[in-house]
Amino acid sequence: MADATNAKRMSMIVTKGTLDWAYPPFILATTAAAMGLEVSMFFTFYGLWLLRKKLDLEVSPLGNPAMKMPLGGMHIAMPNLLAALPGATALASSMMKDMIRKKGIASVEELRNLALESDVKMIACQMTMDLFEIKREDLIDGPVLGGAATYIESATQSDINLYI
Amino acid sequence: MTEHVLDAKGLNCPLPILRARKALKDVPPGETLKVLATDPGSVKDFEAFCRSTGNQLVESKVEDGVYSFIIKRTE
Repeated sequence: MADATNAKRMSMIVTKGTLDWAYPPFILATTAAAMGLEVSMFFTFYGLWLLRKKLDLEVSPLGNPAMKMPLGGMHIAMPNLLAALPGATALASSMMKDMIRKKGIASVEELRNLALESDVKMIACQMTMDLFEIKREDLIDGPVLGGAATYIESATQSDINLYI
Repeated sequence: MTEHVLDAKGLNCPLPILRARKALKDVPPGETLKVLATDPGSVKDFEAFCRSTGNQLVESKVEDGVYSFIIKRTE
């Protein structure tokens, strides 16, 4: 919903579907909508998982030396050798979700609902659905199906275009 | 005139802004909304929010770690 004072537009391409990468697009989309912008999000490749009805997002410390978790006053990164072990992704994900809850940070589900409530337009990439065999009924209500041309059209009308 | 207050203490970015946007919808134009927050980032954020939406930030202060903002709905 756009305010009369500020009817700018923002469009973004959402390409990643891990817990950490789910935050920037939904934070920016909800905030932009709150500031009166019309927002359009195009979900493609792994980003499409963010539109699944049941979100089960995870984050892997493997190959991510910047993922240093606060632990006893220090910051500890998990060595790749350990991060490659079964269960390491589940452990890191539950630690991250625990931190998110404790720090008063919204869950991805909450931000996604807020985005839908504030009329953020969501487009699910049809090609990705075919590629990964994702059915329409696997996704939440709200997003429309489309392709690159749908995104390009909204991008040409936007003041801000982001690729995340 | 009822006093409109939003308690956003303990919430992190972007929730104070999102809750404020929602709360402002129930504030008649010309009246004010007071927002309480503990997120230090909210100081710059409420300035930017008000500039972008055309609402007026009447007051912004911090006391005992609690930030309080008074926003006048002018849009």
